[in-house]
Amino acid sequence: MSNKDNWKIWEVFIRSRNGLSHKHVGSLHAPDAEMAIKNARDVYTRRSEGISIWVVPSESITASSPDESEPLFTPADDKVYRHPTFYDIPDEVGHM
Amino acid sequence: MTKEMNLEERFQQYVDAENKVEPKDWMPEKYRKTLIRQISQHAHSEVVGMLPEANWITRAPSLRRKVALLAKVQDEAGHGLYLYSAAETLAADRMDMVEDLLSGKAKYSSIFNYPTPTWADIGAIGWLVDGAAIANQVMLCRTSYGPYARAMVKICKEESFHQRQGYEITMTLAQGSPVQKQMAQDALNRWWWPSLMMFGPTDDASPNSAQSMKWKIKRKSNDELRQEFIDKTVPQAEFLGLTIPDKDLKWNEETGHYEHGEIDWEEFYNVIKGNGKCNKQRLAARNKAHDEGAWVREAANAYAEKEAERRKKKSSAA
Repeated sequence: MSNKDNWKIWEVFIRSRNGLSHKHVGSLHAPDAEMAIKNARDVYTRRSEGISIWVVPSESITASSPDESEPLFTPADDKVYRHPTFYDIPDEVGHM
Repeated sequence: MTKEMNLEERFQQYVDAENKVEPKDWMPEKYRKTLIRQISQHAHSEVVGMLPEANWITRAPSLRRKVALLAKVQDEAGHGLYLYSAAETLAADRMDMVEDLLSGKAKYSSIFNYPTPTWADIGAIGWLVDGAAIANQVMLCRTSYGPYARAMVKICKEESFHQRQGYEITMTLAQGSPVQKQMAQDALNRWWWPSLMMFGPTDDASPNSAQSMKWKIKRKSNDELRQEFIDKTVPQAEFLGLTIPDKDLKWNEETGHYEHGEIDWEEFYNVIKGNGKCNKQRLAARNKAHDEGAWVREAANAYAEKEAERRKKKSSAA
């Protein structure tokens, strides 16, 4: 199909206010990073949703595959000793 | 049992357990195709939906109305973009989708093929057309495909202002002079039935709905959503002192719902086929806008290339 603009897809991340991390909000097309920021401002912050924008070319993101999620993530499931509630501390000791 | 069968069954169980499907997860090919079709049509509807209203931006009766309408039309453009992005997560190509809209191959909501002859139509569109869209979109906030659901949450937050501004316009007219009130009534008469048609054919004439419901792409049937909309909207019309143009409309004490008259499905299919009052005009306007925007896209490309060139020179000089 005719690819008339060849604009890259950019993933957009917005920090809603200082103290919070940037959060993924969606994507858009733009010819370069500068235009991506401008477009992101129009598309994703029309109602004061943010004070800082990151744009990242989608192609630069490497994602884990859902097929690997078992070996990647299930080993953590049986390691309850990594959580504070695993340890018995008498109430008299107070909050710890 | 084949492996494919196995995967499809597992997918169904996964969806039945109210889990969200994300872009890289395995999904049946038909689920992907159904979503691409639905999301891209939805995106096209947002984009074409700008046209009937844009028609009135320069003629809005006050600055207050004008900034609101401008913001609303800008929102529709944004909503189109959120949705194209969601479709792209399913490996649909943005330019293919745009091409299909411009060539007339892709469908969009038939409601936008009706004209907006008076200012009162802008009120009716916000109140009724956005009202009907909201009913559908609130349901879609819980759709099984994650990126679509997230786009819908954002859209629903923004749509609520659209409906309120439409109702306010209609209310101002309904409480104005007899001529103004008549304008509001005429617009209601024009938009009521097409708004009911927005929910699509009746359940027994909607063969693809069952599979979409099973996959939890849709969570409510066309008729259920239509009923919800009618039950909500009739009291709003009563408050304005306007009359819903349906002589068979009546409250059913037993069911707790309004019963409505027969919808003219012939008109519905006729507009879908391309014979509505504005089908040709809308597509021509879209094509004209796209063509006239070509130089902007080219300029952006040229600028990006030049800047990249400049940066290269700078870094090699350093």
